[in-house]
Parts: sequence; structure tokens; C-alpha cells
Amino acid sequence: MTAQGPSSPTLEVRDLKTHFFTKAGVAKAVDGVSFTVGRGEVMGLVGESGSGKSVTGFSIIGLVDPPGRVVGGEVLFQGKNLVGLDPAAMRKLRGNRIAMIFQDPMMTLNPVLRVDTQMVETIHAHHPDMPMADALARARDALGEVGIPSPDERLKSYPHQFSGGMRQRVAIAIALLNKPDLIIADEPTTALDVTIQGQILYQAQKLCRETGTSLIWITHDLAVIAGLADHICVMYGGRVVEQGPIDDVLDHPVHPYTRGLLGSVPGHNKRGSKLYQIPGMAPSLLHMPEGCAFSPRCPRADAACAVAPMIAEPVPDRQVRCQHPHLEEAEGAGA
Amino acid sequence: MSETMLEVRNLTKNFVKSLDLAERLAQKLGSNIREEVVHAVDDVSMAVPKGSVVGLVGESGCGKSTLGRMVAGILTPTAGEVVYKGKPTGAMSPAERKQATLQIQMIFQDPFASLNPRMRVKDIIGEAPVLHGMVAAADADDYVSETMRRVGLDPDYRRRYPHQFSGGQRQRIGIARALAVKPEFLVCDEAIAALDVSIQAQVINLFMDLRAELDLTYLFISHDLSVVEHISDRVVIMYLGRVVETAATEELFHAPNHPYTQALLNEVPRLDARGRDYKPVEGEIPSPLDPPPGCHFHPRCPHATERCRVEVPKLREIVPGRTSACHLNDGT
Repeated sequence: MTAQGPSSPTLEVRDLKTHFFTKAGVAKAVDGVSFTVGRGEVMGLVGESGSGKSVTGFSIIGLVDPPGRVVGGEVLFQGKNLVGLDPAAMRKLRGNRIAMIFQDPMMTLNPVLRVDTQMVETIHAHHPDMPMADALARARDALGEVGIPSPDERLKSYPHQFSGGMRQRVAIAIALLNKPDLIIADEPTTALDVTIQGQILYQAQKLCRETGTSLIWITHDLAVIAGLADHICVMYGGRVVEQGPIDDVLDHPVHPYTRGLLGSVPGHNKRGSKLYQIPGMAPSLLHMPEGCAFSPRCPRADAACAVAPMIAEPVPDRQVRCQHPHLEEAEGAGA
Repeated sequence: MSETMLEVRNLTKNFVKSLDLAERLAQKLGSNIREEVVHAVDDVSMAVPKGSVVGLVGESGCGKSTLGRMVAGILTPTAGEVVYKGKPTGAMSPAERKQATLQIQMIFQDPFASLNPRMRVKDIIGEAPVLHGMVAAADADDYVSETMRRVGLDPDYRRRYPHQFSGGQRQRIGIARALAVKPEFLVCDEAIAALDVSIQAQVINLFMDLRAELDLTYLFISHDLSVVEHISDRVVIMYLGRVVETAATEELFHAPNHPYTQALLNEVPRLDARGRDYKPVEGEIPSPLDPPPGCHFHPRCPHATERCRVEVPKLREIVPGRTSACHLNDGT
């Protein structure tokens, strides 16, 4: 386990396992994920579809629906284990101390209620005694904070009257209402245009710097993470295969999958050159390869990979799950 | 510069939402209901040299897909013309036109929606070449196998249905379908946007291989600047129906001229830009129903002057091979 710093982290996930018990078999969507997020820190959770990154987010906030179930591990939020917490206590945290932002803001917003109604509802759910005027004032301030022009008038609008980017801002404003300590953002900018994405990233960054809110930013886009995150976790097949400080991981990747992923990003390569192709396809969660899930696609795989690799820490603050990591890279980073 | 494969001249496409009976009556009675006109593409001219890849970039609603569809012949332009190999498609004889339409093929964004779920892969790929008499029905099977092999699909799967394939494989089926009629020009409309990073790389590589093997010309439509930078020779930037800048890829990424291009390049997340301070462009993309007067970008532009609010800037050559539509260039 990672060492406890002088100030305890906002969130510590230890060996989290979330499995889906389907008719076709058990899908191990999250299978032993561990990481920590410090106060005011941005953690980037990166992976391709089916890597378990979203399910990790849902597991933390207790939103895994049957047939899925958290079957093991701990989620320590400010030292308190959220796994197995009774639903009432979880409800008190959710939307209050921990908030979530989804890819599609219409998942968060009720289309038939005005924005002010929804925002006041969120405040009253956790502060039932707050006078209406105060709640409205806080809602207005939250809209202002995320850069919505003329928040007083916009409070009276319905969600469909906002554009996509503005809707996402409203969703973020709602997440901010109760000044949470942790926000989990699941692909919040994937559906947005580049210039609008820039605006949202700007707000997210400002928020973490100014309020000390911790942020878990789930995405498939390495470039977004590069600009925003302090730490990065790369997920593959339900496991974190590599994690560490953003610069170290992106400049000196140790795991073959991370290296392959970075090699296949166009911006990272010379123009017109051939992109590195990770051979094969991501495995189905129902039929995970034995041992290391990446081994069938890995150029370094051999007989040793039939055994699932343990988490190793080749240099402090870097973790990797691989039998044959590119350690020379890690040493380069440490130097 | 080598010969021009395809050129569009003053191409315009308006979508009109016409009034229904009740609205027409209301209009007669004096209400101010009017027809809504979306100027999806507004007087666009551009050229694609033979054998090159031209990247068409813009945000949602800028008209890049509409332009691509007009080039591919799926939509009819409201005004202007598409010139293929030196001949306007409007002036072609029916036979020439059919030939041109066959040679320009399109690859779509959504590999789930663009394949008929009830057709087997061999029919999806093999139907068009047989119909157009390029391949005898008896040889279709071999031809399909060969085409599938070319895009990296196992021909053993040719009797399967699209739902039995993954997203990346389905995109390959779409590419195979386009290639089956031996096109010379491919319009790729966000063809890799729906794919995972590692699959994206495979498809980008496939496009580059095919270009070399079959001497293809591409119009590559995308909102993803890093992909466009990687694959294109020239880049065309669109904003709200108009072209704002065109340039060779290196020049454009090295020194963007138009303020919108500059803003766009600034916003692009990059792997080597760590812990950056985001300084976003202000404002929303205006609705194409009611675009701002003058330069479309002026409400968001940091350099906007009085002139920009009134006068539409012309797309003009600023250095040879490079055009930009901005009043600021007149000062120098």
C-alpha cells in the first residue's frame, strides 16, 4: 500500500473489485484497483472502452446497479470506508461531499424542471433548513462560478434552453453546490467541441486550485489528461496497469500498454509517420485472458505472463503491473 | 502544384424549414413567422489536388459534413458547383456523372448506423460492384475476399452480419464497401471519431497504406486537429459555414493566421503540454440559424474592430498557397 502522507488523502481506493454477474458469466469490470487522490489533486483515470474506468467511478460513489456488485476492497473517503456503507449514510455523502459529473449532462438534469428548482432541491437535500432565498443565492453563485453569463436569468431556464457546453456547466454547477471534497468526472468533455472543452477544462482547473477540491477525471483522451492532471492511472482490462505522476508516466512509460497507447496517439508522432499499432483487440470482460490481460497483445509477453503480475513499485510513487516492465525508462525518469 | 482532382466553386447549401399551413395562415394574418433558413455552407470554394489529403476542420455546425456530402453527391447544392477532374458535375452527361459518383465514395462516422444490420458482410461489400458490372456475380465472392483482405479483415468472416464485429472492424467494413467500387476519391466524414485510441491508430494507418497502394485522394473531415495534422497535406478550417483559412499543414500548425485558427490550435489538448493554464476563447458557437453579421467570428474574436461587425471578410491569398479570411491581414 502507498504510504500515508502527513495529511491523509481525500480518497484511497484499495484493491477495489466490482463484478457483474450476468447470465453469460461473471464480468470482472474492476478487478483489484488501488489508488489515492490527495487534497486538491487531479487524478486522471485513462483507458479505452471496457477497461473499467467508468465502473471504478460508479463504484466509488456507490452507483453500481445489479447485476453489478462491489465484491471486494475498500474505498476510504477521508478515512471512512464507503464499501458496505448503508444507503442512507451514502445518500448523505453523495451530492454533498462527493459529486459526480457525467458525459451526457442530460443524465444529470431533469428536462421538465427549471434549473433553479433542480439546484435548490440539491441544496435542500443536504441542508433542509436553509431559507429559500439563501439557497437561490447559492445556486446563482454556482452558475456564476462556472462561467454562465447572466446567472440570475439563466436560473429560470429549462435545460433544453441551454447549449451542450452550457448544459455541462450547469451539471458542474450542481456538482459544486454543496462544495464537495471530491468530484468524479466521467468523460465530461467528450461530447463537446474543442473551444468549449477548453472552457470547461479551464473551470475545472480553477476549481481545484482555488477550493482544494479533489478531482477524478475519467477519460479516454490522453491529451486532455496531460494538460489537467497531476497523477495518472492507466487502466486495462479492469486493472490499473500503470500509475504515477503525469510527467513521469507520459514521458517514461514503463508498461508496454502505456507505451503502445502513447505511440498510437497522432500528436505524439512525426507527421505522416506510421502510428504504432497495438495488435489485436481489447479482450471481452467475460473472457479475460489468464494472467496478465494484456499479454495476448504484448510484444514482451512470454510464459511468465500466464501468472497475473503483482503491483510493483520500481521507483517511489510509480506503480506498474507487469512481468516485463521497461524499467530502464523508470530509472531515466528518476535520474 | 499537381493537377486538381476535385474543386468546389462558390458552393452554398441552405436548409429551409418551410411553413406549414397553419403558419402560412398566421403569416397572412400578420404574425411575424418567417421561414427559417440555415446557411449550412455559405459560398465555399476549395480545391483538392490529386493524390493529396485535405483535412477539413471545424466545430459542430460549421458545415463540414454538409460540404462533404455535397462533394460525394449525396446532397444537391443550393448554388455553386462541384468540379470533378476539371468538369462540373452539373454539366456532365448521365454516364459521366454516374462514373464520377462511383469514383467519389464516402466513409461515415458511425460504424453502427452506416451498415445495414440485416445484410451479410459479403453483400454489403459485394452488392455495388456487381450491380455496376465491375465484377461478374460468379466472381463476387473472390472479389469480396480480396477487398476484405486489403482492409485487414479475415475473409472467413464474410458470411457474418455487422453486429458480430467490433467498432473498429465495422469501420473497416465501411472502408471495404467504399473501396469495392474502385474509387479514386474518398470523403471520410469523422471516420475515426467513434473509435478507441488504439483502434484509431490502426484505421489511420490503414488510410495511409491505402493512399500509397491505390493512389487515392482524400477529403478528410474531422474535428480532431491532431489527427488532421498527422494525416493531411493541406488543411481547410471552417467556421459557421465559411472557410476562414486554408494552408499547407505545416504552415498552418506552425503559424496560424486567422484568429479562429489560433484559438482552435490553442485549445487543442496536447500530450506534451502538461499542467497548462487554459485560457479559453470566450463565448459560444453562434447558431447557424442566426449567424452574426460581418465576420462570423467577431463576437468571440479578441481583435474584432468595427469593420468586422459590418463587412464580411473575403478569403484571399496572404502568401502563395495560403488563404485567410480576416480583415486584419489588410493592415499589413
